[in-house]
Amino acid sequence: MSGSLRRYLDPLRELTLARFREQLRQPEVLFWVFAFPVLLALALGLAFRNRPAETIHVAVESGPGAEALLDDLQATGGFAASVVSPEVAQEELRTGQVALVVVPGDSLVYRFDPTRSDSRLARLATDNALQRAEGREDVRVTRDRLVTQRGARYIDFLIPGLLGLNLMSTGMWGCGYSVVDARRRKLMKRLLASPMRRSQYLLSFISARLILLLPEVVVLLGFAAAVFGVPVRGSVLSLGVVALLGAMCFAGMGLLTASRAQTAEAVSGLMNLVMLPMWVLSGVFFSSSRFPAAMQPFIRALPLTALNDALRGVMIEGASLGALAVPLAICALWGGASFALALRVFRWH
Amino acid sequence: MSSAPPAIRCRSLAKRYKDVIAVDGIDLDVPSGECFGLLGPNGAGKTTTVEMIEGLVAPDGGEVEVLGLCWERDAIALRERMGVALQETRLAERLKVVEVIRLFRSFYSEGHDVEEILDVVELGEKRDAWVEKLSGGQRQRLAIACALVGNPDILFLDEPTTGLDPQSRRQLWDVIEQFKSRGGTVVLTTHYMEEAERLCEHVAVMDHGKVIALGSPRELIASLGADHVIEFALGDGAPSLPESVLAALPGVEAVRHDGPRYTLTAAEPHCVIPALMVELERRGVAMTELLTHQASLEDLFLSLTGRHLRDT
Repeated sequence: MSGSLRRYLDPLRELTLARFREQLRQPEVLFWVFAFPVLLALALGLAFRNRPAETIHVAVESGPGAEALLDDLQATGGFAASVVSPEVAQEELRTGQVALVVVPGDSLVYRFDPTRSDSRLARLATDNALQRAEGREDVRVTRDRLVTQRGARYIDFLIPGLLGLNLMSTGMWGCGYSVVDARRRKLMKRLLASPMRRSQYLLSFISARLILLLPEVVVLLGFAAAVFGVPVRGSVLSLGVVALLGAMCFAGMGLLTASRAQTAEAVSGLMNLVMLPMWVLSGVFFSSSRFPAAMQPFIRALPLTALNDALRGVMIEGASLGALAVPLAICALWGGASFALALRVFRWH
Repeated sequence: MSSAPPAIRCRSLAKRYKDVIAVDGIDLDVPSGECFGLLGPNGAGKTTTVEMIEGLVAPDGGEVEVLGLCWERDAIALRERMGVALQETRLAERLKVVEVIRLFRSFYSEGHDVEEILDVVELGEKRDAWVEKLSGGQRQRLAIACALVGNPDILFLDEPTTGLDPQSRRQLWDVIEQFKSRGGTVVLTTHYMEEAERLCEHVAVMDHGKVIALGSPRELIASLGADHVIEFALGDGAPSLPESVLAALPGVEAVRHDGPRYTLTAAEPHCVIPALMVELERRGVAMTELLTHQASLEDLFLSLTGRHLRDT
């Protein structure tokens, strides 16, 4: 290695080590980087685990013929039904205790809210059960073959999203907060009075992120694989490249967000302003395709949406890097532009 | 003074922050190898002056030359040759002492061994302690260690001993004297007169962004005309004494008074005090306090501005 290159890399290594040590020596940082995403994955994985086919809750309004309908439903199985007064039935439907109210009479009336998917399901199942009990014959013979596949469950969707979210938070906070802290303590000013180069200082944030990246990804994905059996279908190398690009992208955005702020409060506000929309819009917890079509171009352009798409592409679909060129380019663009802008507007004092 | 080029040369240096003129066109020459003190109350412009010389604040006007180099052309070379301890810098709290010094050492292409510097500032025992566990004096010695580790030719210390106990202060003075004894130049800001008198060959007294007195501590004190100060106070409700009466006492050079407190400057206090007692007796006024001390830079500042250094 040439002398001048070593003269450049020595301070970079020491700055990186300093940053890395400082982070490791703060238990709260370790919690947010490692424990928090695992706990979130655990909680959401349990809450949204795939359950056996659910019981359908139905209320039958009291009246002539109500008891017969109740018998039919109970004989079919899979229903939790009871006969109640019209007022109570109305109340139970309104509060979601039942998915459907059956009103007996010459023609049966099903009362339900069509915007509730469980109600629509209950209407189909109840009608089917009652029609059959009254003697309807199916015209074709059908059989069910049941499959539950790894990779198609909610947890399989969730884990890449949480990984993306974590890469965003640690990148933004890890770089942004340290910058403001150093500025506030005048440590940055003191460093500038030494022969340290400004680029060494900024690059040390990026390199410290790189060191932390590997354990960060391994802990979350290892946990997801061990506890929920979440697969990684694509190559580990592709996953590494996507995670790396994501981490760099948000490190750049963190530096930009912190490039002018002078207090912890100011930078916290800015960070939240940048990150909160992506928490909601970028398809971390549910698919971003649920938002109206008019918003989609905007949502697609967000760096976290792109990162999550790429992570899901690799993990769920086993996509190659070539197939992910668009989201990867979006990440690279955000990161590069943020870093370049941060360099221009950075407040060194 | 020697004919060697000055370590620092400033001409008409000026800096303004919005409506406030922080530094109002000052000239300074600091000879190589000496300790130069900038004295003055808070807000006098000391820190701004030093930070312009250190290349951290861009002057609005004037010139700065350090070690014959200037900031526009030779910034990196200059930073290699200077050591800086800013006012109240808090270094990384969760790094060990030795890690902080090693970090700063890595910035310089040449410098001291880290362990050697730990010994110089007497932090060997705290080598592996986190910065957040250090006392105020230890933190300041660490700051100076970081300033010394690149083996600088010139050392800038901005209020290095503010808020320290006397023992920590003396420890720091020893470190600074060691550096000087090896030929280093020191620029020091302080509002402790005792510190300037002990360490500095020359001092500039600053007030409102201007240098109001410049010279060796001895010369400046001598400019008061006498080297003893007598302070006394009268009881509440006592009639005030005309200054002319006090000035007429034998050997009194100057008189100043602030309410019931009087300050006399005199060459020979043993002649003034008996005469003063006789005068007070004759007027039937009681004295409640009497102090005498050697005239100091503090008294100089008071005589120049009418204000005390620390309560402005």
